[in-house]
Amino acid sequence: MPRLFVGTKKGLFTLERSGSGWGVTRATFLGDPVPMVLPERNGETVHAALNHGHFGSKLQVSRDGGATFEESAVPVYPEKPEGFVDQCPMRKTDRPWSLELVWALEQGTPDQEGRLWCGTIPGGLFRSDDSGATWTLQRTLWDQPERTSNWMGGGYDNPGVHSVVVDPRDGRHVMAAVSCGGVWRTRDDGETWEQTALGMRSDYAPDEAAAFDPESQDPHRVVACPADPDRLWCQHHNGIFRSVDGAASWQEIEGVKPSAFGFAVAVHPTDPDLAWFVPAIKDEHRIPVDGAVVVNRTKDGGQTFETLRDGLPQEHAYDLVYRHALDVDATGDVLAIGSTTGNLWVSEDGGDHWETVSTSLPPVQCVRFGP
Amino acid sequence: MVHVRFTENLRRHVDCADDEVPDGATVRACLDAYFQDRPDVRSYVLDDQGAVRNHVVVFLDGAPIDDRRAQSDSVRAGAEIVVMQALSGG
Repeated sequence: MPRLFVGTKKGLFTLERSGSGWGVTRATFLGDPVPMVLPERNGETVHAALNHGHFGSKLQVSRDGGATFEESAVPVYPEKPEGFVDQCPMRKTDRPWSLELVWALEQGTPDQEGRLWCGTIPGGLFRSDDSGATWTLQRTLWDQPERTSNWMGGGYDNPGVHSVVVDPRDGRHVMAAVSCGGVWRTRDDGETWEQTALGMRSDYAPDEAAAFDPESQDPHRVVACPADPDRLWCQHHNGIFRSVDGAASWQEIEGVKPSAFGFAVAVHPTDPDLAWFVPAIKDEHRIPVDGAVVVNRTKDGGQTFETLRDGLPQEHAYDLVYRHALDVDATGDVLAIGSTTGNLWVSEDGGDHWETVSTSLPPVQCVRFGP
Repeated sequence: MVHVRFTENLRRHVDCADDEVPDGATVRACLDAYFQDRPDVRSYVLDDQGAVRNHVVVFLDGAPIDDRRAQSDSVRAGAEIVVMQALSGG
């Protein structure tokens, strides 16, 4: 059984399964926000992002499975050229060239020794080839003119890279999803990038052309099926989208009940048609529909959805599940959800039934299975 | 010498013991002298562009410095620099 790492607003919690069920076996960084954690495949190395409110975002690394951590290098933005105008296209406010939040951490493919990707706010994607000892900004993406002309904040004041999808067939093939800035893809290890959000739609845009403008899309989370990486799912601000052609095009899945809005999506490791979502009332509300926490599951590529409720609170529940707070393990059977209310639920049967692991954690920012 | 000290709240995250640094012309020169021995402290106080972090305040002889971007405020011999977190954020 894998371990479950839970990053919260007040610390990192490690959970393991015993005969009596899942429970917290370790609490680390108590009092500090942990927006992202990455347990590496080797089972020993664990990276944790800390977000000190006053003192900036930092990274910590453990080489002993999470027992002890030490501070590691943090991505640093380059010097902003004198006179360079970099403003939010909506608010006309200056955009910082300074790390505000570590929002995504991913490992390269097994043949890419030491390769890590780090997505950040205000929109920089960084790469490490030495297990996080040093980081390099992907200037080829940062210098795209669309970044300054179109990217904007989504939830946060500034744009951010929250999803980094590494193709297990070829680690040089990487996708980075941006709120708000669409989905960018490189096939040559970052030498060139192209926009791949064609087909995504923002129904809140002022006109039809703007609604389909790929540069301004707000994908909340993008995941690919590890066994079939050309099959992708996106929980978008506007609804649910999927791609069956490696993000060359996206199709909107309409009519999903009780809501197509949400932040998180997880896809089965071997079945690209099987995916899970946690719906909510959109825009200003961001609470479960009718005060009931549910999980939407499709097993047929989005043609139909089941609304799963067993074990989840169905009355006066106002939990929101952030984009990184739903995960599925390598078997595809074990799922975890953490909420802003500090609830943590685990299912061991693909979402049919849910067990309440905790009702009293700090607000959950990310959950992640690891060896 | 210029005395440099930090809020207790920062000591929880990084080793930033009070210290004396040689007299410098500006706050930045004094901070750089401090960071020379403790490079890990720099990113807790300054952002990637070298400006004072949005929710950090640097006091010089009891008053917040004027130049948060480059810390060019002039420093007298024997001055005291105190790094605090701002109450406005975090």
